[in-house]
Amino acid sequence: MKKNESYEEFIKGVWRDNPVFAQVLGMCPMLAVTNSAINAVAMGMATFFVLVGSSFLVSSFRNWIPKQVRISCFIIIIATFVTIADYTLLALVPKVHKELGAFIPLIVANCLILGRQEAFASRYPTRLAVMDAIGMAVGFLIALLSLGAVREILGDGALFGVKLFSVNFEPWVIMILPPGGFLTLGVILLFFNWFKFKKDEFLDDVAEAERRGS
Amino acid sequence: MKKRDPDLLLAHAPLLRQGMTTPSVMRDVLIALAPATAASMWFFGLSAILVLGACIGGAVAAEWLFADKQARGDSLRDASGILTGLLLGLTLPPGLPLWMAFLGGFVGIALGKVIWGGLGHNLFNPALLGRAFLLATFPIAMTTWVPAVGDGGFLQIYPGNLALPFMQAQVDAMSAATPLGLMKFEQEVTPLANLMFGKTTGSLGETSGLLLLLGGVYLWLRRDLDWRIPVSILLTVVVFSAVLGLFDAERFPTPLFSVFSGGLLLGAIYMATDPVTSPVTPKGTWIFGIGTGVLVMLIRVFGGLPEGVMYAILLMNAATPLIDRYTQPRVFGRGGDTK
Repeated sequence: MKKNESYEEFIKGVWRDNPVFAQVLGMCPMLAVTNSAINAVAMGMATFFVLVGSSFLVSSFRNWIPKQVRISCFIIIIATFVTIADYTLLALVPKVHKELGAFIPLIVANCLILGRQEAFASRYPTRLAVMDAIGMAVGFLIALLSLGAVREILGDGALFGVKLFSVNFEPWVIMILPPGGFLTLGVILLFFNWFKFKKDEFLDDVAEAERRGS
Repeated sequence: MKKRDPDLLLAHAPLLRQGMTTPSVMRDVLIALAPATAASMWFFGLSAILVLGACIGGAVAAEWLFADKQARGDSLRDASGILTGLLLGLTLPPGLPLWMAFLGGFVGIALGKVIWGGLGHNLFNPALLGRAFLLATFPIAMTTWVPAVGDGGFLQIYPGNLALPFMQAQVDAMSAATPLGLMKFEQEVTPLANLMFGKTTGSLGETSGLLLLLGGVYLWLRRDLDWRIPVSILLTVVVFSAVLGLFDAERFPTPLFSVFSGGLLLGAIYMATDPVTSPVTPKGTWIFGIGTGVLVMLIRVFGGLPEGVMYAILLMNAATPLIDRYTQPRVFGRGGDTK
């Protein structure tokens, strides 16, 4: 039972309440840094680290954080982890760090992270909070990666920097540019919603059939 | 409409109806475009047929794919998809790879029409949206112009057309500049007669000014076209370039050159007049036309691109709901304020 509960928290972030596809949060990094798969993964990992770390701390301290100043406390905790992530990336992969640029410090302002602290971590026990954070971060990573992969394949004919086609490939310049981000995200959201619509329809049909049968 | 017994007509007012329906208007526009289409085949040979066909194919494929099962027949039968494809094709360079043309038609219908809710709900002209997508996606292929085929070259196909999907066109040895490009970058003026009869480099449908005007007159006679829009666009362009000519006749194009070069006639007569994306009030259509004309000239003369008709019309499309809102006529019998 207990195991189920944390699994539930994990899977809801990955699929049903996916931060990008279902909640449409964190659009700024989503559109800005997904012009290649490697940037998307770096951004996803940094967000993962920050989200899980701050959810853990916020949840542990939830009984000591005064309600009136909770947002500032959350932000300080988040900013601590963002600073760690920023310098770690700078030390390990300076090239990616340069490409991501201002978007790493801007993780502080990612509404997904603050939203999870406010809505979940500050109200639930540490174990659930961490599972929720991992689920949300993995969901965010999947979304970033799918967008980055599509844009890199079409815009550059490559994936993670490896050329997939012959030299004659005609790059879709728009996919590397900001409009490509909007277009791809829109199309992916369209399919996500279409799928959900079809699934609800199917479930309704099943329920209807069951009611008639009984 | 089914034929009813004339002695017993049970219906609400209005009882007098025009025979104008969506399919009939679309058919008229297709007829009006026929001379220019034929001319494009004359000038660019088999390539014109292939590119136009690919565009229409892409447009119809998108229309078929995204239509409701019940409404599929209707949305295909009203020919608006075919018209979008044809208009898009007429704005493309003749040497464009066919897969790009197909993609343009598909995107034009999918993102320009279906996603807004189908015919009558779109904010932007689908054909121009498809072209804007292609221009942003494949900037090199979309600005590689090939000269018209020479004598007896009707069966000739430009090698660029046959590029495999997702592959580049082979670099064409023979490429040429459009009259507007020559004007902008090399200060070279193309003779007016060539512009009128179509002996120039350019996109498939923009080379022959006279045939486009002919189609426009046909549409005006059939009352399928709001004459205010093309007239106000063309007048604005003429006045704008005449005023510029007063300052420096050497540097700026003459009014006639401005009107007959580039895609202005095609855009002003067939695209800006799209009843869905242009204002409905008479005052609004004047504002729309003047705005388009001014934007065209601003982009052509002061902008970085040689041609600006597409962006001018798309920008004014975006302004159309606003124009409509502020030019509502006063309801008879009500007070002075229009709200």
